[in-house]
Amino acid sequence: MSNQSDLPELGLTSLLRFGWRQLTSMRTALILLLLLGVASIPGSLIPQRPQNPMKVQDYFTKDPTLAAWMNRLSLFDVFGSPWFSAIYILLFISLIGCVLPRTFDHLKASRALPPLTPANLDRMEFFHTWQGESDELARAKNWLERKHFRIREFEGSISAEKGYLRETGNLFFHLALILILVGVSVGALFGMRGEAIVNVGDRFTNTPTTYDSLSYGKLFRDQSLPPFVINVDNFQAKYDPATNAPQDYTLQVTVIDKPGAPKVKKIVKVNAPLSFGSTNVYLQANGYSPIVTVRDKSGAVVLSGPIPFLPQDANLSSIGAIKVPDSTPQLGFVSSFLPTAARDKNRGGISMYPEALDPRLLFSVWKGDLGLDRGIPQSVYRIDTTKMTKIGLKSLSIGQTFVFADGSIRFDGVVPWVNLQIVRDPGKMYSLAGGILAILGLLGSLFTRRRRIWIRTSGDGKVEVAGLARSGAPGLENEIALLVADLKKDGK
Amino acid sequence: MTHSSWAYLSNYLVYSAMGVYTLAFFAHAYETAWAVRAPQGEQVHTDGNLLVKTLDYKRTEKAGRIATAFMILGFLLLLAGVVSRGISAGRVPWGNMYEFSITGALAFTGAYLFALKKYDLRWLGLPISIFVLLILGTAITVLYRPSAPLVPALKSYWLVIHVSAAIISGGVFLLANTIAAAYLYLDSMEQRGERTAWAKRLPSLEVLDQLSYRLVAFVFPLWTFAVMAGAIWAEHAWGRYWGWDPKETWAFITWVAYAAYLHARVTVGWRGRKAAWLCLFAGSTFLFNYVYINIWGTGKHTYSGL
Ligand code: HEM
Repeated sequence: MSNQSDLPELGLTSLLRFGWRQLTSMRTALILLLLLGVASIPGSLIPQRPQNPMKVQDYFTKDPTLAAWMNRLSLFDVFGSPWFSAIYILLFISLIGCVLPRTFDHLKASRALPPLTPANLDRMEFFHTWQGESDELARAKNWLERKHFRIREFEGSISAEKGYLRETGNLFFHLALILILVGVSVGALFGMRGEAIVNVGDRFTNTPTTYDSLSYGKLFRDQSLPPFVINVDNFQAKYDPATNAPQDYTLQVTVIDKPGAPKVKKIVKVNAPLSFGSTNVYLQANGYSPIVTVRDKSGAVVLSGPIPFLPQDANLSSIGAIKVPDSTPQLGFVSSFLPTAARDKNRGGISMYPEALDPRLLFSVWKGDLGLDRGIPQSVYRIDTTKMTKIGLKSLSIGQTFVFADGSIRFDGVVPWVNLQIVRDPGKMYSLAGGILAILGLLGSLFTRRRRIWIRTSGDGKVEVAGLARSGAPGLENEIALLVADLKKDGK
Repeated sequence: MTHSSWAYLSNYLVYSAMGVYTLAFFAHAYETAWAVRAPQGEQVHTDGNLLVKTLDYKRTEKAGRIATAFMILGFLLLLAGVVSRGISAGRVPWGNMYEFSITGALAFTGAYLFALKKYDLRWLGLPISIFVLLILGTAITVLYRPSAPLVPALKSYWLVIHVSAAIISGGVFLLANTIAAAYLYLDSMEQRGERTAWAKRLPSLEVLDQLSYRLVAFVFPLWTFAVMAGAIWAEHAWGRYWGWDPKETWAFITWVAYAAYLHARVTVGWRGRKAAWLCLFAGSTFLFNYVYINIWGTGKHTYSGL
């Protein structure tokens, strides 16, 4: 091989080495940290798809071109975007590249002895000198040992150092950050998260088909869903009569851990989830399901049961869709539900209180094609009425029936529903451990001072004491003053 | 006593605290004004960190002590106000922005008084009393809500831990910011020439620089803890410990910004103006989180009626 073909290779390795050194330099770490902070800002000001898909949709309806561009730049999913990932991955590579060598250095340093006593102590900080008795060295050693200094003795001098915990704590802190990130990744890869709306009186079986929405980590497998069953027995919401604000939610359930296991009664609260191993079940939201019976012209029942409605405000006025695909023609009821109905001059029917004190079902009746067979996913709370005609409008109290040309609908009653959020996060314990370690490390690093103290005596009885504090840490002046006072006091 | 009489008592106490802080403000203003008019000392030298007082401070010294006494009294009254607010609602008094604000003002004065024990910070009394009066004034007039129980998601002992850590951190961050701002102000004054007479009384730039760093280094672990306690609470209530909700995002931004500040100082060696600006930036992310996200935000942390 000629030299010419070697050159580029050499260039590449030195380029890589240069790049690595740049990446793991302090200045780059600082820039990446600042970038990470700045890059998070759009994620908090622009609605994000994972948190708020409806708001994102609004952007697309209002200004499609702008929204498309924002979408291309991942501005609707900042924290999952390539550029955000790039920043934190670079930061963590930099972190590892910086912390690992430091860890080895530190391990070596913590076995090493304090450095030589400098020749000219008067050039160090907090220099003291006086005529002593000649046993100062021994007493200083005693004093320093009592204060847990690491000591190295020389002919006529002592070099002492303390505060290695600062570096230890700092390393633990940075390593703990890596552990937190590992925990987050494990959760994202091996976890699952799903939601299901369950009417009071109904049961939830933990299989993929019973979920309203379900997402898995890339490495999660179906069969790892634990086979529990939850019967939703009762749900109680308490509200403050003065402000209508919720005060307490209590969900009573009967659970069966796996087929054949005994039934156990349990209580779920907002801050107290149910646990099945590493899977937790959270009470997330609640609303009302009006119970209706719909009959066709012949009087045969075509739909019967509770239909979950979606709450729109703090007083739980809700919207919903009653879809009857099995009648001919198909029927649809574009509805709203008011738990405690009242009339407002401007807004029409409103709910005054979140409890079902005077429930009312309001709807318009439509007939025609519900469009369910077209294969386009539809909201369960809305009806696409483009291929339907309106044939009636009515408001019912419990027990009332409305008869129209193509059938009838009866408002039988109402039950509450609860939204269960089912989450498995096998990584959270790593993150928690990382968090605890990070704080302990920080405390060790920020509240320890690394410092050195030297003392030298010469044949003529001259005593010299001086010190040096890393990064100008405070307090060494006092410490040395105490040592000097101690040596002088006992001496005279 | 009934719940509503505790609530009334709390309001009276907060009003009285405002009255006392106003007196503290006047005493500090008097102190500062006299320092301005005090004759130029022949010689002002720095002894280590602190200025040796060669100006005639007899009168202002007394005013200053009275001002500090008022600050302490105001702190105690406000403390009683916050506690009785809690009793009236039957819970910790951190359920809405009014309560966050009065507790925040309490933490801010507390941080100042605590630091005052160790450092000669009385010159900060004037801006701090103005600041506290502004916070309390806004709280009473704009943010006031009748005392009421918590919504279910807030009923958790992690709330107590999380919010108290966050409020204390906030108080200290605010103090560090005030000092960084004072640094920048005095620095620009020195760039133009000499400090004016009253400003000579204040510590050297170096002391201010160190002090704001030390305050940040002191509370950074607490803030880290506050963010983590919040994550644990979120895990209990919402089934995920981190969800990039706007409030969480800004807590994270504040954390990263202060970590950057510490790095800049410890590893890259920033001092002075650059460090002070970074400190101000980090502190403003905290304030932004508190003001903007609480009021205009859309996340899970925005509870109806503030
Ligand atoms: C996730 C990002 C990081 C965070 C949140 C973080 C946070 C911190 C904190 C809070 C300190 C304590 C400062 C003090 O002692 O006052 C610190 C110190 C330090 N960090 Fe980081 N850091 C991060 C990444 C990095 C990276 C990437 C490097 C290396 C390139 C690094 C190297 C150091 C060093 C050398 C110190 C100073 C230790 C000392 O002398 O006390 N850090 N960091």
